[in-house]
Amino acid sequence: MQQESVMTIAHLYKSFGNNHVLIDFNLNLFKGENVVVLGRSGSGKSVLIKCIIGLLKPDKGDIVVFNESIGKMGEVELDKVRARVGFLFQSNALYDSMTVRQNLEFPLRRHWLAVTQDAVNKMVMEALEDVGLAHTIEMMPVELSGGMRKRIALARTLILKPDIILYDEPTTGLDSITGNEIISLMIDIQKKYNTSALIISHDMNCVRRASDRVVVLYEGTCYAAGTYADLLLNEDPKVKQFFEQAIK
Amino acid sequence: MHQSTPLQLFLAEVGQIARFAGKFLLQWFKPRYEFAEFIRQCFIIGYQSLPLVGLTGFIMGLVLTLQLRPSMVDYGVESQLPAIVGIAIVREIGPVITALIFAGKIGSRIGAELGSMKVTEQIDAMEVSGTNPFKYLVVTRVLAAICMLPVLAILSDAISLYGAYLGVNIKGSTSFRLFWMLVVDNLAFNDVLPAFIKTFFFGFAVGVIGCYKGYNSKKGTEGVGQSANSAVVISSVVIFIIDLLAVQITDFLGFN
Ligand SMILES: Nc1ncnc2c1ncn2[C@@H]1O[C@H](COP(=O)(O)OP(=O)(O)OP(=O)(O)O)[C@@H](O)[C@H]1O
Ligand SMILES: [Mg+2]
Repeated sequence: MQQESVMTIAHLYKSFGNNHVLIDFNLNLFKGENVVVLGRSGSGKSVLIKCIIGLLKPDKGDIVVFNESIGKMGEVELDKVRARVGFLFQSNALYDSMTVRQNLEFPLRRHWLAVTQDAVNKMVMEALEDVGLAHTIEMMPVELSGGMRKRIALARTLILKPDIILYDEPTTGLDSITGNEIISLMIDIQKKYNTSALIISHDMNCVRRASDRVVVLYEGTCYAAGTYADLLLNEDPKVKQFFEQAIK
Repeated sequence: MHQSTPLQLFLAEVGQIARFAGKFLLQWFKPRYEFAEFIRQCFIIGYQSLPLVGLTGFIMGLVLTLQLRPSMVDYGVESQLPAIVGIAIVREIGPVITALIFAGKIGSRIGAELGSMKVTEQIDAMEVSGTNPFKYLVVTRVLAAICMLPVLAILSDAISLYGAYLGVNIKGSTSFRLFWMLVVDNLAFNDVLPAFIKTFFFGFAVGVIGCYKGYNSKKGTEGVGQSANSAVVISSVVIFIIDLLAVQITDFLGFN
């Protein structure tokens, strides 16, 4: 079966001075698929997805999203792509000065996806119900726990009904129960909206449950790839070190 | 690696701030206009500093009058006290004190606010949400500072003069009408206009430096504190430099 590719990363290079973070990184993401990028802290995972969404400019290489190259886009076209690609920040990046409702309204209104107050309210409620936090609508982000903030951030990403979601370490910093809830949410969302997702993680539980395919990012390049089951059997020591803890 | 000297670092910083200011000048008149956010910032910036500006203005007017009085009495020109105080307040004390208070209150607020937005990736989040964060955050705040500081300076002048009126009346007795006439008669257009114009530049300096420091904040809570702090220090110094330049320029143009 020929799968439809929604995103292609080809020969991506990114350096900060002498710090060569990404060196010839390649990746394909297909429709409806969850790909986990596994890598150690500081290996350049956040840099990778920030390049995808256009927050960082790669030095070389091409990123094609929905058959259009990110590098060649102007501000207007880039915004159109960004309306279809959700981004869950590692630090959640909720707007401190706004209520939960305003946080969720912000991307809707800014992308002109909903104009009337009725339409906005409906979409805000739907996104909050998806993450099970409808009662927090008038709260400020500081009043929420870490897990709740993550879920609100997820709701703010979902509200745009994106075709692709980029998750930057969705479970890091959460206890394992809350982490599991977030993973379940991610899986439910993928089923409900048939989205594709690129998930950055080094949480093996997340990798096991959420991934259709795993890519190991090591020394700036795509070191190994396969399904979770494939990589579990991989004998390479670099790959093994990630999976050892999972086997235990 | 090559170690930069403090002078090089200083010049690099000046260059960066100038570039940031240049970016503002190129961006502010281009759409998309963030009009609602601009109005909101005007309200926050103006309203928040009003009590402080009013209080300091009042005290400055009162104290200045009390301090000047003995010398004026010695020279036998006590009746000219309102005139001399009026000139001092309108030409120098009002605008500069207001700008310094504004730098302390608003410069630090902007530096800390944008700094914490920067380090918690909120600025990145805005950018991926169909918003140009430079326009939404920086342009609106700088414009609001440019618009609000002159208004605050005028209010401060008025309150200062009222303080001066009370000061005059502690040991003497002058009707409000007479006081006001003496002040106004001795103030020429040349006194008022340059003082008014320079407040726009003060507002620009506070806005740009606060935003620059916040926007380039270093990671961590310490970085945010540093941004707020250096925003106040640098803009206060720049206010004095602008003041110095303004007096030279008005002199050169014959406005004195
Ligand atoms: N804006 C930047 N300027 C300079 N260097 C950067 C910048 N962003 C990232 N780096 C560097 O790139 C490297 C990779 O950083 P990145 O944030 O992508 O790591 P990560 O894989 O996401 O790690 P973590 O799991 O801790 O989030 C690090 O060495 C970091 O210092
Ligand atoms: Mg990261």
